[in-house]
Amino acid sequence: MNLTLKVWRQAGPDQAGSLQSYAATDVSPDMSFLEMLDEVNEKLIRSGDVPIAFDHDCREGICGSCGMMINGVAHGPMKGTATCQLHMRSFSDGDTVLVEPWRARAFPVIKDLVVNRSAFDRIIQSGGYISASTGAAQDANALPIPKADADASMDAAACIGCGACVAACPNGSASLFTGAKMSHLGLLPQGQPERFRRALKMVAQMDLESFGGCTLFGECQAACPKEISIDVISRMNRDYARAAVRQADERVGGGAG
Amino acid sequence: MELDSKIPAGPLPEKWDKHRFDMRLVNPANKRKYTVLVVGSGLAGAAAAATMSELGYNVRCYCYQDSPRRAHSISAQGGINAAKNYQNDGDSIQRLFYDTIKGGDFRSREGNVYRLAQISVDIIDQCVAQGVPFAREYGGLLANRSFGGAQVSRTFYARGQTGQQLLLGAYQALEKEIAKGGVIMYPRAEMLDLIVVNGRARGIVVRDEVTGTIEPHLADAVVLATGGYGNVFYLSTNAKGCNTTAIWRSYKRGAAFANPCYTQIHPTCIPVAGEHQSKLTLMSESLRNDGRVWVPRRQEDVAKRPGDIPEADRDYYLERKYPSFGNLSPRDIASRAAKEACDDGRGVGPGGRGVYLDFADAIARVGEDKIRERYGNLFEMYERITDENPYQVPMRIYPAVHYTMGGLWVDYNLMSTIPGLHVAGEANFSDHGANRLGASALMQGLADGYFVLPSTIGDYLASQKLEPVHEDMPEVKAAVGDVQQRTNTLLAVQGTRSAASFHRELGQIMWDYCGMAREAAGLRKAIELIPKLREEFWRNVKVPGAGAELNQTLEQAGRVADFLELGELMCRDALHREESCGGHFRTEYQTADGEALRNDEDFAYVAAWQYAGEQSEPVLNKEPLVFENIKLSQRSYK
Repeated sequence: MNLTLKVWRQAGPDQAGSLQSYAATDVSPDMSFLEMLDEVNEKLIRSGDVPIAFDHDCREGICGSCGMMINGVAHGPMKGTATCQLHMRSFSDGDTVLVEPWRARAFPVIKDLVVNRSAFDRIIQSGGYISASTGAAQDANALPIPKADADASMDAAACIGCGACVAACPNGSASLFTGAKMSHLGLLPQGQPERFRRALKMVAQMDLESFGGCTLFGECQAACPKEISIDVISRMNRDYARAAVRQADERVGGGAG
Repeated sequence: MELDSKIPAGPLPEKWDKHRFDMRLVNPANKRKYTVLVVGSGLAGAAAAATMSELGYNVRCYCYQDSPRRAHSISAQGGINAAKNYQNDGDSIQRLFYDTIKGGDFRSREGNVYRLAQISVDIIDQCVAQGVPFAREYGGLLANRSFGGAQVSRTFYARGQTGQQLLLGAYQALEKEIAKGGVIMYPRAEMLDLIVVNGRARGIVVRDEVTGTIEPHLADAVVLATGGYGNVFYLSTNAKGCNTTAIWRSYKRGAAFANPCYTQIHPTCIPVAGEHQSKLTLMSESLRNDGRVWVPRRQEDVAKRPGDIPEADRDYYLERKYPSFGNLSPRDIASRAAKEACDDGRGVGPGGRGVYLDFADAIARVGEDKIRERYGNLFEMYERITDENPYQVPMRIYPAVHYTMGGLWVDYNLMSTIPGLHVAGEANFSDHGANRLGASALMQGLADGYFVLPSTIGDYLASQKLEPVHEDMPEVKAAVGDVQQRTNTLLAVQGTRSAASFHRELGQIMWDYCGMAREAAGLRKAIELIPKLREEFWRNVKVPGAGAELNQTLEQAGRVADFLELGELMCRDALHREESCGGHFRTEYQTADGEALRNDEDFAYVAAWQYAGEQSEPVLNKEPLVFENIKLSQRSYK
């Protein structure tokens, strides 16, 4: 099939960008979206033009590097799928496809479709971990964890940090990302000692990074390639509210619930 | 070159303990005076950087991705081995040690592998303490699954995303240390050369991928945790950015490269769909716990729908040839068996390069829900890529390049032949011999990063008198100048072919002549073809754009240039090793029933290649492998 791409081109962070048209020809339905872009870039290189810059790495939907707005939808039309796993069979001959970078104040464009997502790393730095220095651990089976808790923790831990939730949110909120990490750790007994301190610090960092607030649109959950539930945001809000009341009191009442 | 493995004396189970006592320590107050550079932020790199920072060292960590959380360790699916014996099925440190040595076809060091098996149990404890959500039983205890090459259940897992969860554990520990100020992180930064001063590794040359700035970073020791070089084949299961540049540049500065030809071809990947293919996708080996591998018994049935082929006309060839391990035979054996079936004209799918992995029996036995719980995300991934539903039709799989057992030579302390240059994880050669067992890469990366390096690097630092280094030293200026010149050359060629097109061509040469089956004539041919391709590359590559900006084509071209050199060394190594062992299968050396035929008399050694300049062939150094505790035998999985 043949497609027309309208791609956001921007030479640098401080330069103005614009949409440019490219023809993607002889596209096979078995290609991934990124392989289709590879072919377009291959032609651009051969003709001496600068190819379209985009982040990508594993191309298996797990590293979280790739991500673009495809026809206005984060990661494109297929639910629960990162851009690298989106295949061209989702498109039809003659389609015009609009390709843009994540649009969010906290994710400034570096070049073309490449954005700076380092704000996510700083949110993790603020408290998205369990302080367990190497060597201090007890036997792994010394503390049984109910399967349901471990499974729920894993559901939240599946986040790949791609940023689609932020890009999809009308407010540019990072609540799904932050809530997912707080739920992953907060659902485990090992995560309890730092649970409320974590809530205060991560939420504060999220605000500092100029992400917007959450008004429960739910767009994040729909865009998430790992289909992380918006429930993690309720959990974050609950932990934050309890922590704000207790402030410095870091004791935990009542287990991993 | 002298290769001293520095394996401590004494009985195998006591070597590591004894060594830890014998190693010199750095006083806690002095640790902050030392700076260590860690290149790579995967399991080995992130774990090492975080742990060394916890100990008090100044650490700087580098990754080419936009965040350390994206390192390719994240793609590992199936699990991580540990000799916990939680299943009470007869596992022990001794058994994990033996399985690993045997799985590696008796081409690894006893001392290193035993230490790995010992440390394996601590890794699981550490990861659970960090909040890694491993799979659990209803009683709340950890679950295990089986993996190829083992008859016990010792693999811990987090659905099909074990690598992701382990990496996030290490990444979070790293971010915790970054917040404390112990680690400075440099994302979107690529190491392009090693700086050696007075014979010791004292820094690296780094290109900032966003601004294009090329600068030296100086330190007291350097750790490379930059992963494997499977992308030399162009098509592999590695992430697109995985490359050999850091270890290759270090090789050219004097670090020996060990066993470059030992490549692992993973048996269960999604077959190539067409010319556009940019990478291959793995389907976890854990699928072989429940999936049965087969091809039609007769060539004329290959085009039939699998459901139309009756049981009697199917050849479950792994179960037939290896009745005791069956579908769980090790990766090298399962891959070669698939190739043989396809070479025999019985392969299925496009181009006849595929075999079935069938879950019908398992679904009938335990139900679709149970299978979904075990492998749901893998089945979904398969369907997204192929548009086929594996609950209803068998998967089609084919072997693909997955892991490289070779890497920079290191001693027991994980130090290369350049003092101060340490190498961890897949980037070194140390523990897997000629074939790595499933779920052992994560184990080795974390063993090196959390437990081995943080101890041994202290011993190195405590035993050196390191002179101050500064940016004006001639060695530093020369290394930076080399990188600048190379970058300028790549931009100046302005030929007609993209770096990717050279990469594809190199990959085809490597796959044809240095892939799953190798023979002398083909290897000689590759050794002729690769220098010609390299010559054309430097004359005809086209890299648009400039150096002082984000230029992904320039990054790619630099990596391809290094692969074009490495590929030749791999072929030389494969040609010189006149035996078959593990992932290295020379068609001239096989048993009557087609199994790998080792030659322990002449080849029970590590081949450590030493760079000798552009005009000379590399020099082969040999480290004999001494087996004091294990009797070498022909591997049998029958």
